[in-house]
Amino acid sequence: MLRMPKFELERPASLAEALELLADASVESLIVAGGTDLLPNLKHELFTPARVVSLERLGELRGMRELEGGWLAIGSMTRLDEVAGDARLAARAPALAQACSLVAGPQLRTMGTLGGNVLLDTRCQWYNQTYFWRAALGFCLKKDGSVCHVVEGGAKCVAAASNDSAPALMTLGAELVFVRAGGRRVVPIADLWLADGAMNKKLESGEILTEIRLPPRGAGHRGAYGKLRERGSIDFPLLGVAARLELDAQGAITEADLVLGALAARPVRVRRVAEELAGLRASSNDLDAALGRVAQLAYKQCHPLPNVPGDHEWRREMVPVYVRRTLDAALARQGPVRDA
Amino acid sequence: MRVLHLKVNGDDLEVAAPDHWTLLEVLRYRLGLTGSKQGCDKGDCGACTVLLEGKPVLACMTLAGNAQGRAITTIEGLMPAHIARGGSGPDPIQAAFDRCGALQCGFCQPGMILSARALLDRNQAPTRAQIREALSGNLCRCTGYTQIFEAVELAVAESLGVAPAPRAWEAPLAESRAARGES
Ligand SMILES: Cc1cc2nc3c(=O)[nH]c(=O)nc-3n(C[C@H](O)[C@H](O)[C@H](O)COP(=O)(O)OP(=O)(O)OC[C@H]3O[C@@H](n4cnc5c(N)ncnc54)[C@H](O)[C@@H]3O)c2cc1C
Ligand code: SF4
Ligand code: FES
Ligand code: FES
Repeated sequence: MLRMPKFELERPASLAEALELLADASVESLIVAGGTDLLPNLKHELFTPARVVSLERLGELRGMRELEGGWLAIGSMTRLDEVAGDARLAARAPALAQACSLVAGPQLRTMGTLGGNVLLDTRCQWYNQTYFWRAALGFCLKKDGSVCHVVEGGAKCVAAASNDSAPALMTLGAELVFVRAGGRRVVPIADLWLADGAMNKKLESGEILTEIRLPPRGAGHRGAYGKLRERGSIDFPLLGVAARLELDAQGAITEADLVLGALAARPVRVRRVAEELAGLRASSNDLDAALGRVAQLAYKQCHPLPNVPGDHEWRREMVPVYVRRTLDAALARQGPVRDA
Repeated sequence: MRVLHLKVNGDDLEVAAPDHWTLLEVLRYRLGLTGSKQGCDKGDCGACTVLLEGKPVLACMTLAGNAQGRAITTIEGLMPAHIARGGSGPDPIQAAFDRCGALQCGFCQPGMILSARALLDRNQAPTRAQIREALSGNLCRCTGYTQIFEAVELAVAESLGVAPAPRAWEAPLAESRAARGES
């Protein structure tokens, strides 16, 4: 049995009450949404807060609403299965719906929230272990220790951003709304990340992520998500690939974006993708060669580390394969891309 | 210690438990409902699956305090609920698991049956692919899953009043009998 360390649970009934509880700096508090990341981490004694503030009762943070200018806001407490099954999102943010459909297994998608997925702690095979296990190894940089077991002599943690939604939201240009007692900020998701696995997000204390906002997309929007994992369910990604393409009325590519997850501390955007693909028609002969070049760009730019389970050299060889398949799926309005 | 108000298998219960306990700990160690199994205790195996408002969740990943105000169904509640709906004996999925031998050690069974119950409550005629998907958060280390899928299909066939698909072992058995000249 893995019992959590003792804490007091607060279940505020309103956002204002939750913010007030979190503003009290005299008590070390953590937020719990669906709890499917936090609870295992508490059981592994990676965190030992005095108080846990649950967002469970904040119905105002659940569901979707249209905003002015064609933006769509998804409440941070919206469940992953609700995101995955939403017809509106299937059309205007297919990569996001597909990514959420492949998170963990059915029970965890019923429980886990989109906000919790965005703010998932980074993962590493030397970190997501019990206290006993970590102690036997002498701990590591990210928690309780001073060395990294992934990069010998490394001074920085390289635990992997393993949230499936993050690459998809990056390609979509999502914005995050954070609220704290007496303040509010809106952060483009690309600006959230730090290249440090110990803490890969710029967060301020006492703030709650309330909404994930998606900009409007036209009829030519195409997207898909590909996920490499050992089993067809439950497993975190060994590699995640999100692709976005925008086509004009003639079917020519006007924009292209590719972001990979589960490689490094932050989602990795592949450079020079738009330059390779812009102007090509979805049905042209040149496109095939250009897609092949994009897959090779990704291969050159991505270097999986032995941070998450699985042979990292195999994960690297799968980068061009999954990139190509995910781009093909986006163009064919299909996906998600998965083997198992 | 806090007094929790839980609605378990239709009963309104008051139970004292510390804030840091999971629903699984309260079910097993306060209420004596040991049908929900403690396997990995960290979200990997599905042995602790219960229904919250009819949806399958992992009790080991649910804070007991957060299960308040929501209807909790454990494996112990299925037969009484079936009888209350006018049925007799165990839930048809339980009976089908029994008839198909869809278990060996049985540890995964309560979670499997509850995931299957939730599926059949929202989809009365699921395909094999839909059954596989609905049970994909429940690990079984013994059976190899075939009998489990067949059990769910048997329950579906019976509820629809149609003949169940042949079991996986029927064709090879008939073949080897034919090869031996038996009928
Ligand atoms: C067996 C298993 C397999 C899994 N597989 C995957 C997988 O394949 N892919 C994947 O992406 N994830 C996976 N997960 C992780 C997890 O289930 C999901 O990432 C889920 O979306 C997390 O959401 P949550 O609401 O449960 O987060 P929580 O655990 O509630 O929170 C996660 C973190 O975010 C913070 N937080 C949450 N919401 C807010 C908010 N609104 N404001 C401020 N802070 C907040 C919490 O304090 C915590 O630090 C898996 C988990 C398990 C146990
Ligand atoms: S990458 Fe290194 S420091 Fe970071 S969690 Fe893994 S072993 Fe620890
Ligand atoms: S005991 Fe809950 S998932 Fe394994
Ligand atoms: S019967 Fe033993 S785990 Fe499924």
